[in-house]
Amino acid sequence: MCGIAGVIYRNGGENRLGRDMTAMLQSMRHRGPDSTGVALFHPPREELVMRVKLAEGPPDNDLELQEAVGRRRREVPARLRTGGAQITGTDEVNSYTVALSLRYDGELKRLVDLVESVPGVEVLSAGHALDIVKDLGDANSVARQYGLDTYSGSHGIGHVRMATESDVDIANAHPYWAYPFSDVAVVHNGQITNYFQWRRRLEHQGHRFASDCDSEVIAVYLAQRMQEGMALEEAMKLSIEDLDGVFTYLCVTQDELGMAKDELAAKPMVLYEGDDMVALASEEVAIRAVIDHEIDTYDPYESQVMVWSR
Amino acid sequence: MESNGRPRRFDPRGLVELDVTVPQVSEIDGTSARFDARDLTIRQINMELRWLLYEQGVTDVTVLDPGARHSLAVGILTRCKITFEGSLGYFGCGMIDGPEIQINGRVGWSVAENMMSGVVAIEGNAGSLTGAALRGGDIVVKGQVGARTGIDQKGGTIIVGGDAGSMTGFMMQRGRQIICGNAGHGLGDSMYDGEIYVGGKVASLGIDCVEGEWTDADTEFVERKFRIHGLGSPPALTKFVCGKKLYNYDTLEPSERKLVL
Repeated sequence: MCGIAGVIYRNGGENRLGRDMTAMLQSMRHRGPDSTGVALFHPPREELVMRVKLAEGPPDNDLELQEAVGRRRREVPARLRTGGAQITGTDEVNSYTVALSLRYDGELKRLVDLVESVPGVEVLSAGHALDIVKDLGDANSVARQYGLDTYSGSHGIGHVRMATESDVDIANAHPYWAYPFSDVAVVHNGQITNYFQWRRRLEHQGHRFASDCDSEVIAVYLAQRMQEGMALEEAMKLSIEDLDGVFTYLCVTQDELGMAKDELAAKPMVLYEGDDMVALASEEVAIRAVIDHEIDTYDPYESQVMVWSR
Repeated sequence: MESNGRPRRFDPRGLVELDVTVPQVSEIDGTSARFDARDLTIRQINMELRWLLYEQGVTDVTVLDPGARHSLAVGILTRCKITFEGSLGYFGCGMIDGPEIQINGRVGWSVAENMMSGVVAIEGNAGSLTGAALRGGDIVVKGQVGARTGIDQKGGTIIVGGDAGSMTGFMMQRGRQIICGNAGHGLGDSMYDGEIYVGGKVASLGIDCVEGEWTDADTEFVERKFRIHGLGSPPALTKFVCGKKLYNYDTLEPSERKLVL
């Protein structure tokens, strides 16, 4: 089933981003208890922040994994330096995730490929403003583990996952970063039925896939289109023609939040556009989790693409 | 009756969990009552409604702050009036037989699914699948509705003040719909019978849906429904019905094709 949510503030409210996303996703826990993830945007910084996953979970009592994670932890900075990046900060998020602040002017794809050439390592997100946080469990437990309550930012999207077509692990959890584009992420509710066609096509064009989840193809598809010079809205409109299946997805960039719905309108989306914020979610209860009064909402129609700027 | 060592119980009102505690938080005044749903669970709200309507002799209930929650006021099988001061989530007022429900807010997907009789009036917009498998009664949506309104409709009337999404009246078998605004793609796709009246533009007609001939009975029906629900004078409408081309299966089987040749 899955549940998705997005929020963009118009008149302040930035300091609530982490809390609001958590509350929205927690209220849709029944739509997907397997994993929870968010893509949040803080004000852009000069440094590039790369969030790197070193393992699928805490290495706890697994001595071999502990050793492997230790090796990866040393190897990742080494490769970053080889790639020409200067590491200005290291945040040990938890025992299997690290966030590195970098000074780097070169091609992002080259650097990411270099990092991911370490076996078992995945770049969760890269950008000057984007942080992707995803893990197993419901929104409250992920928020607790990653300290989302105090996260402040302008806009974000989130996802609660009920796994149907691929494994329950972090690699297959949403949001997906639009490799190799900095500051772009996607969450999706539905199934993409021409996934393999598009995956093959995009792999031929040099894109990498970190998971077996059909939703990842949307992020990579949009990245490819934007690489061709399209604006987000244009790329999203084209995706409705190109992607088959049923889907409602949200995409975020540094300045924009977009929503696209398939031509059957088969997956729900409730939209609230207020003076203070735009909030979207698979269910109205999620929006009501952050707005404590009656609101006027509606369902966007089939094949509709909407983009809001912050 | 015993089953698996536990007594098997039967309740004609369809209460599966007989032991659930009714919150009993309503202010009852004669035959009317009101309660605040804010701190109640979905189940408690439904239990409170049933307790009021079936056991307290109440016929007019006002529910405050339903908070867009799902599955409220489902399976109510008695004549009564229920007013929701706020929006409902998905599957609201499903499988009801008798109530007149006023929703001062919006509803999500599948409102009044399989309603047998009664009225569900919605002040705001409605999601997709409004009145799915509707069998009787009236649904009035003042705002717009999503996709597949009245899918598999088997009776009753759906009135929409605004626009309707795609596949409106998909596979409907009987009953009527009045869409005052525009209708999306695939209007009346694969419908068997019934009438769809559209005031605005139709993006495209579905398979085997054709424009029908307007009769005096149509005028009488539309005007009566608008009068009953206080909707003013109806807009100019176009009637769509089933072309009945799909009634007969005329594609030949390979063996039959050989015979014809």
